[in-house]
Amino acid sequence: MTATRRPLPWRAELGRQTRRRRTLSSFVLLLALPLVVVGAFAIGGAEVDGDGTLVDLATGGAANFAVFTTAVSASFLLVVLAALFVGDSLPAEASWSTLRYLLVAPVPRTRLLASKLVVGLATVAVAVVLLVAWSVVVGGIAYGWAGFTNPTGGSLEWGTFAGRLALAAAYLVLTLVQVGAIAFCLGTRTDAPLAAVGGAVMVTIVTAILGQIDDLGSLRNALPMYWADTWFELLRPTVDWTPIGHGVAWSLLHTAVFTVLGFELFRRKDVLS
Amino acid sequence: MPRGALRRLGTALGVLALAGIATTAGPIAAAADEDDGEDRRDGVEVVERRVAVGPEADGTPVELDTSLYTPAGDGPHPAVLLTHGFGGSKADLAPQARELAESGYVALTYSARGFGDSDGRVHVADPGYEGRDVTALLDLLADDDAVRQDADGDPRVAAVGGSYGGALSLIGAALDRRIDTVVALITWHDLADAFFPQHAVAGPPADGDSPADLPVVRDGEPVPGPFKQLWASRFFVGAAGGDLGPGTDPVCGRFDREVCRLFLDVADTGRPSPALLRLLRAHSPAPLLDDVRVPTYLVQGQADSLFGLDQSDATARELAARGTPVAVRWFTGGHDAAVDPTAADDDTLATWLDHYLGADDPAAVGLPVPAFSFEEPRDGRADLRVSEADDYAASWSAPLPLRGGGQVVLNPLGGQPGSLTLVPSQDGVTDEFDGFVSTYPLAALPGQSAAFDTDELDDGRTVVGSPRVRLTVTSTAREATLFLSLWEVNGDRVTLPRQLVAPVTVPTTPGRAATVDVALPAGTWRVEPGSSLRVLVTSTDQTYAGPRQARADRVRVDDLRLPAVVARSVAGTGDGGLDRQTTGVLAALGAVLLAALVLALLRRRGARHADPDPDPHPAPGPGGAPGAGADVPLVVSGLVKTYADGHRAVDDVSWEARRGQVVGLLGPNGAGKTTTLRMVLGLIAPDIGEARVLGRRVTPGAAVLARVGALVEGPGFLPHLSGRQNLEAFWAATGRDPAEAGYDDVLEVAALGGAIDRPVRTYSQGMRQRLGIAQAMLGRPEVLVLDEPTNGLDPPQIAGLRPILQRYADTGRTVVVSSHLLSEVELTCSHVVVMHAGRVVTTGPVSDLVDSADTTVLTLAAGADPEPPAAALRAVAGVDEVEVVADPAEPRLVVTAGLPRPDVVRAAAATGADVVGVSSRRHLEEVFLGVIAAASGDRADSPADLRQVRAR
Repeated sequence: MTATRRPLPWRAELGRQTRRRRTLSSFVLLLALPLVVVGAFAIGGAEVDGDGTLVDLATGGAANFAVFTTAVSASFLLVVLAALFVGDSLPAEASWSTLRYLLVAPVPRTRLLASKLVVGLATVAVAVVLLVAWSVVVGGIAYGWAGFTNPTGGSLEWGTFAGRLALAAAYLVLTLVQVGAIAFCLGTRTDAPLAAVGGAVMVTIVTAILGQIDDLGSLRNALPMYWADTWFELLRPTVDWTPIGHGVAWSLLHTAVFTVLGFELFRRKDVLS
Repeated sequence: MPRGALRRLGTALGVLALAGIATTAGPIAAAADEDDGEDRRDGVEVVERRVAVGPEADGTPVELDTSLYTPAGDGPHPAVLLTHGFGGSKADLAPQARELAESGYVALTYSARGFGDSDGRVHVADPGYEGRDVTALLDLLADDDAVRQDADGDPRVAAVGGSYGGALSLIGAALDRRIDTVVALITWHDLADAFFPQHAVAGPPADGDSPADLPVVRDGEPVPGPFKQLWASRFFVGAAGGDLGPGTDPVCGRFDREVCRLFLDVADTGRPSPALLRLLRAHSPAPLLDDVRVPTYLVQGQADSLFGLDQSDATARELAARGTPVAVRWFTGGHDAAVDPTAADDDTLATWLDHYLGADDPAAVGLPVPAFSFEEPRDGRADLRVSEADDYAASWSAPLPLRGGGQVVLNPLGGQPGSLTLVPSQDGVTDEFDGFVSTYPLAALPGQSAAFDTDELDDGRTVVGSPRVRLTVTSTAREATLFLSLWEVNGDRVTLPRQLVAPVTVPTTPGRAATVDVALPAGTWRVEPGSSLRVLVTSTDQTYAGPRQARADRVRVDDLRLPAVVARSVAGTGDGGLDRQTTGVLAALGAVLLAALVLALLRRRGARHADPDPDPHPAPGPGGAPGAGADVPLVVSGLVKTYADGHRAVDDVSWEARRGQVVGLLGPNGAGKTTTLRMVLGLIAPDIGEARVLGRRVTPGAAVLARVGALVEGPGFLPHLSGRQNLEAFWAATGRDPAEAGYDDVLEVAALGGAIDRPVRTYSQGMRQRLGIAQAMLGRPEVLVLDEPTNGLDPPQIAGLRPILQRYADTGRTVVVSSHLLSEVELTCSHVVVMHAGRVVTTGPVSDLVDSADTTVLTLAAGADPEPPAAALRAVAGVDEVEVVADPAEPRLVVTAGLPRPDVVRAAAATGADVVGVSSRRHLEEVFLGVIAAASGDRADSPADLRQVRAR
């Protein structure tokens, strides 16, 4: 009996997740979204009346369209997908009764969690990058390849914008990772995928509400996802890196805390599913 | 002074500045401590006292309501005289006073004349009334032993206040030399200027210097600007709206009649009478600044359309010209700002008091804070950033040309509609929406406004101070009142960075062009590269009472010049650096990761220590000597498991399974079979005891589990994959060589035929069960654990499984089967472990259990009554027990006797019973029921209900 490789290699976990319907339909949805937006603009007969809002600018070209689709999906769709991709994979195994067979295979618990976390987070990253890149392509075909005009002022040529957009996507992924970590942590405590995913989404909704309460002042800085919108900062002519730094730091901290907590909780858990 | 204790004082005084507004701007609940008479908390002693001060003009005596906060500990302490904002009272200052006292200062608060519970009327900072009151209050401090005295009757004291309180502090310092330092926040220099602001000046400032501008004059008299009606109304209501005692004027309330009348006049006409201008000027620090000789700290807000930065600048300029030490700070708040906690996180106020009240010779050191500091424009949620400079020395940009030529601006009849440029004191509403909603369309009303744009600026810059333009007006009237504001145009967005407007009143001769310089509102903000600046000229503004006559002005604006200051950024981030918040969070992140790492390492060491491997290279294979610990493939010893709900599922369970054995784990539902197997597989942790597989202790995910195949509590598969894909996915998860899996063998066990390539979700229960057994046998594990393997299988399939398991065990491997089907176990297993209610009640080879020498089973003829022979047999010597199985089709007697079996048969025949069969074997079912009944009987606390099922 020779153990040739570590249990549950990433490729094996990837295989378990990619062929799932939730993965496939999520990606189909992501790919369809820019097309749906183009269709909606076409049906609605979007008039660029120069109000200068993001919606008006969206039809201005590939760059603005990509930013628009990213903006409209970042606040909720991507949050749900991040919670789904990272948070659902462990309780889904529990609900299929396969979790115990993986553990008896045996896959050590930390290894199991690590594989699921890595694959889940990688899926989130792929989803964001895919959405942004695909939006650029769809926008370019539908509205031409004009550079970026920031609705709050300034414009960026493609040379600058491409890099900035990549940075914005990376930042977006980083902020979503904390949602994933929360869902992941919840997933180690429950056998119901809905509880993990819904719980994480609930957390972001509650923190968004708390973020609206000005009396909390700078305490709000510590809320998960409080800095989620800051990626837009990267698209200004001059970037203020301070809030970006805050967003990255807080996201990493939340991710670390919830990940460590998830590992600790699962390590001692009695698997009864 | 203890520095640490003063840390919070900055916040306290920052709020103090805002408390000054509270009363004019709206009801912001002040956290007023209800002090009654005498009160001690945190060692702070509070004494309330009414102090007699100068009478009113009509001789009415006046007493002020005061509170004196004395800190704990031995004095003497330096003192702080705190004065509240317009419309407020001493109660507003209770938190700040307490904070000061906790920091080691004696703090004296009072309600100013005409406010709160003090007597008298509001004279609006009249040096002759409110000013003199300060002297009376200083006398109080001079008589107090707890207060440090510089000389006899001269207390060491600072005058501190915001808004109304700030002006009174400055006026008091001019009137009474005993005041040692002044901190004046968001207050005025000249009240006439504040209410009739005139931003037109006659000449440009010299480069790099900011001398007083020359005023625009007509007939030798300075021309006042338009009436700041909105703020004046609020100011008025702040005092007039107070509680009306008997005999007070219902309109003027507690206002002094003279002051009130002048205000009512201007509200009527919109133009100031010379008497009002004289009065306002006299009720200001401006004419008294000659006598202010003590260090003065001026904190002015950039969100302040009532008392703008120009007011504090004028005070600072005049003080500096006379050699008085003065420091200026422009912060982000002001009368228009909401309470903003971060705006107040500045401890320079505490530093200032600490220095000038605590040090023995403060003058020797110089200013303890920068002479000029300002809060930088804030973007998004970035930290507050502060820049500082040694003085406010502006360097001016080259004039930026403005496009637009000459445009006509109409003043509408009656001055309506008015442009809405700024919304004063809306709790930062406009700020909040900055970046989303532009007020520009409300400001630039068609026909009533003219816009003049610069070209796009190639590089960004930070503006610090008051930008200048040259305005040329050709009016149809003898006076043109206009409002100028500086907007930033960025793509399609037009924003007003500091939400302020500069009113001008230009004396004109109809038909002739008049040219003035205009000082645009002062502030700090950043101009983005690629944006352009726009000077908007409007004929009206809703916050001002402009001329009501219709008028047409041809205006032209030229030469925008932007001031900048060379300053050091001190707080928050420099470019590329990390600010405190980021570093703090990253440090926390590091701590979390480090803790996790240490924990993991400790655990790994602990695990190695706790389970020294008894046999690192166990030699698998048949023929091992039974009994040797490591060579018994499965040993369960002393397992105990109590679930969180208190149910003890497994209680001291021990058994073992050897090579070549098929061990049956028997028991009714809820006996603890599955829980035991879960512990064997490391899925749940036992409270006590351990399971060893192939000599290794089982822990969650232990490597030795690779040599165990399992089916626990039903199979589990990925529903979206086919049977074959599931087997492959499972094997892939083990990370082992696909060649070891032995797919062909297990597919034979599964016997699914073509269905093996259909998705598992289409399978029947029996198919899933067979696939589950097949998965457990992947890789031919040395120990095969099957929990209820026959569930869902039909009789032929069950029969087919039997030889598979026996053959499997015959290869020297071990099979453990749990079941509640006794006949099945009897046929399949070589050994059984019988469990009941969490305990093992019996173990042993099946043959031993069902077959024993002292037992004889006698089968009687169908329909025979077993009772008479049973009774007869019980009477036979040597017979221990006779059990009756009253089955009408096959009545049986189970006889336990010390006699040889032939004697038993003979004795039975002698009773006349119709014995048709004799057997030595009982059915396992009988054994099982027997031992379980016995076990239940042993346990008086547990009812012997075998059907009791616990859901697990």
